[in-house]
Amino acid sequence: MRIVTKAYGAKDVDERQRLHFPGGIPGFADLLEWVLLDAAEQPFYWLQSVDRQDVAFVLLDPKVFRPDYDPEVDPEELAEIGIHSPEDVLVFSIVTIPENPNLMTANLQGPVIINRRTRVGRQCVSLDPRWHVRHAVLEEMGAVRQHAC
Amino acid sequence: MLILARRINETIMIGDQIEVSVVDIRGDQVKIGIRAPRTVKVYRKEVYQLIQEENLKAAQSMPGSLPRLDSLVGKGGAPAVQDGGNPKP
Repeated sequence: MRIVTKAYGAKDVDERQRLHFPGGIPGFADLLEWVLLDAAEQPFYWLQSVDRQDVAFVLLDPKVFRPDYDPEVDPEELAEIGIHSPEDVLVFSIVTIPENPNLMTANLQGPVIINRRTRVGRQCVSLDPRWHVRHAVLEEMGAVRQHAC
Repeated sequence: MLILARRINETIMIGDQIEVSVVDIRGDQVKIGIRAPRTVKVYRKEVYQLIQEENLKAAQSMPGSLPRLDSLVGKGGAPAVQDGGNPKP
């Protein structure tokens, strides 16, 4: 399938990169079809809307900067996208990149969870009060590294 | 908006499946109990709003502004820790 992406223009995507979000994403409830693309810059990904080329999110595996991260979401929310076993789960955080990219933040309170078997996803709400919507990625990454000294 | 006065331990019904009770009142804080079918998601409004607002902001992230994490952490002054490096005293 060929789609137009915000980051890379027209691009061929494999069927296996397609994701279905039955409830959309908060703020974009009407966008149900998405694709997951590797970003040119590791370790990021793009979550690109199929229907609106101007809507795309930068994603990051939160363990990259918070190895201690556990999204802790209501199992009911997982069951709604057919997840019954931890092996089915893929977890991403949506990243917000301001003008100065060094100040980018990741949303750990609203993890994007994907059933890797069926490629159905949703943005869940973490029940753990430690996680909020704006974690300074570089700062917390540095803290982890220093801690490792 | 429908506004109802309730005392502690009184309940209102929303439809025939959702119950909202006033569990406790202390000062300016009210504890509310909600009984609803599992398919009905109940969130504090501010949590849902926060996530929605953050998504709207995140969707503005521009291509080309993505840094490589490794190089940035190096630039920040904190030296990258190599495996097998000497432990600090």
